[in-house]
Amino acid sequence: MHSDKSSWLIKGLALAGICFLYFPILIILIYAFNTEESAFSFPPKGFTVEWFFKAAERDDIFQAIGFSLQIAAISTLIALLLGSLAALALYRNNFPGKNVFTLILILPIALPGIVTGLSLLSTFKSAGITPGMATITIGHATFCVVIVYNNVVARLRRISFNIVEASYDLGATALQTFWHVILPNLGASLFAGGLLAFALSFDELIVTIFTAGHEPTLPLWLLNQLSRPRDVPITNVVALLVMLLTMLPVLLSYWLTKDR
Amino acid sequence: MSVIFENVKRHFGDVKAVDDVSITVKEGEFFSMLGPSGSGKTTCLRLMAGFEQPTSGTIYINGEDATWLPPFKRNVNTVFQDYALFPHMTIEDNVGYGLMVKGVRRKDRAIRVKDALKLVDLAHVANRRPNQLSGGQQQRVALARALVNQPKVLLLDEPLGALDLKLREQMQGELKALQKQLGITFVFVTHDQGEALSMSDRIAVFNQGRIEQVSTPETLYESPKTRFVADFMGTANIIDNTLLPDLIDGPQVFALRPEKIRLNSDQGDMTLQGQVSEIFYQGAVTKIEIRLPNHRTVLVQPPYAFDRSSLGGQPVSISWDRADMVRLEEPAT
Repeated sequence: MHSDKSSWLIKGLALAGICFLYFPILIILIYAFNTEESAFSFPPKGFTVEWFFKAAERDDIFQAIGFSLQIAAISTLIALLLGSLAALALYRNNFPGKNVFTLILILPIALPGIVTGLSLLSTFKSAGITPGMATITIGHATFCVVIVYNNVVARLRRISFNIVEASYDLGATALQTFWHVILPNLGASLFAGGLLAFALSFDELIVTIFTAGHEPTLPLWLLNQLSRPRDVPITNVVALLVMLLTMLPVLLSYWLTKDR
Repeated sequence: MSVIFENVKRHFGDVKAVDDVSITVKEGEFFSMLGPSGSGKTTCLRLMAGFEQPTSGTIYINGEDATWLPPFKRNVNTVFQDYALFPHMTIEDNVGYGLMVKGVRRKDRAIRVKDALKLVDLAHVANRRPNQLSGGQQQRVALARALVNQPKVLLLDEPLGALDLKLREQMQGELKALQKQLGITFVFVTHDQGEALSMSDRIAVFNQGRIEQVSTPETLYESPKTRFVADFMGTANIIDNTLLPDLIDGPQVFALRPEKIRLNSDQGDMTLQGQVSEIFYQGAVTKIEIRLPNHRTVLVQPPYAFDRSSLGGQPVSISWDRADMVRLEEPAT
């Protein structure tokens, strides 16, 4: 038996860590139900659900959510396609300049969002492209591709390449091999990569600021809300809903992959 | 002729993995490619399967120029060293894969898959997944998956390498029996000379990307052409005039098997004196190292019933027949 003292110490520290991480979220939760309108006054005055109904009446909220969902869905699709193709092309073949190419591909995730955003902005401006959904989606796709690429490459490295050769050997064409052998073995990594890419796009703010037109994504809408103190409870409600919504896919992926 | 290599070379940059190899594999024969790792035998097999293309030279399979044919257009199938079973499919689907991609109907497929699994005694695991089978069972599934396509040539890349000794010996027997039963050409890659000797009709011995000798097991063992073959196929004493300056003249080199040398006998026409310096007991056989007066050593393998208890450090005489020495091609260096 290890000493009880140190075990309690570790438990206490772990608890403190969890509190530190989740306390701000708890605040949001509490003040979404607070009767007080304007600021974060402590203790909360009373319990109400009226902010939920008020939020439900606001079209701009649903527009922002819909806009964000569309962008996330499209940039995830682009990422799944380009990311997995890039992974398949790069994980085994050797060609001159491969390392440089890989670096260029991965760079968007390492670059500060401000650099990506700024460079995209000047590119779109000089090309005369009106900022809007397309420009935001392209901006998000730059780092979503990397997420999918990394997931798929990691999976491909664990698959024995012999099964691909075995498939050719048994008479399958490249397309048949991709469909029957490669894709089923990539399934989980594509799903996980897609989910991550979707979540990243859904709450992306910095690149979005530089590439957005007049229509706000959800994170932009939330940011704009901060300048309206009277709307704080509604903002809290939206934040809470977004939190619950984004937790669903995470729980889903956990549930889907836990037995493997 | 099943497979013909004409002056095939495969270079990877500066590395000559296969360097000017010509082979003719006859129809229905059990042909082994034997050599140490890195000798080019596996690359040759991959060239036959179509996973590699030669740098130069021509490959014929069943009389057809297959040099640039992709793997899926060749009527050969491979059993991989690590089996390469599809982890996401049942055993049944694994075995039926080749038929499925060729568009064989589900009904016919099921019958042929069943037959193939019966052939390797695995009909009862059809619905399991590869990771639920033992290594030996996975090995048989890989075999069934290849054979179900009725290939003209079956390529086997060290298929028994991952199995333990007992199972390996059992599988050697089964593979040989299967090959006889089906009459398919087997091309078998191995680094185990005992395995090659016991299974093959003919063996090609590879060394540094080249073939040293192609012959029947008996000829390879009894009459090796080169020092490498003599040494790789079992144990050989290499006899040249640095070892026996009085008896061998000039650049001649000979191989002499340890079992051809008699201890304490003068029946042979070559006789030497020496001292026992080491005794290697290996169960079925015992090898004795004799140190000659010039400090070189000779290995002797006496018959099994030999009494070795009185040998340590004793002066002995060894003798053999000149006819048992096999003249090797390469000159002394």
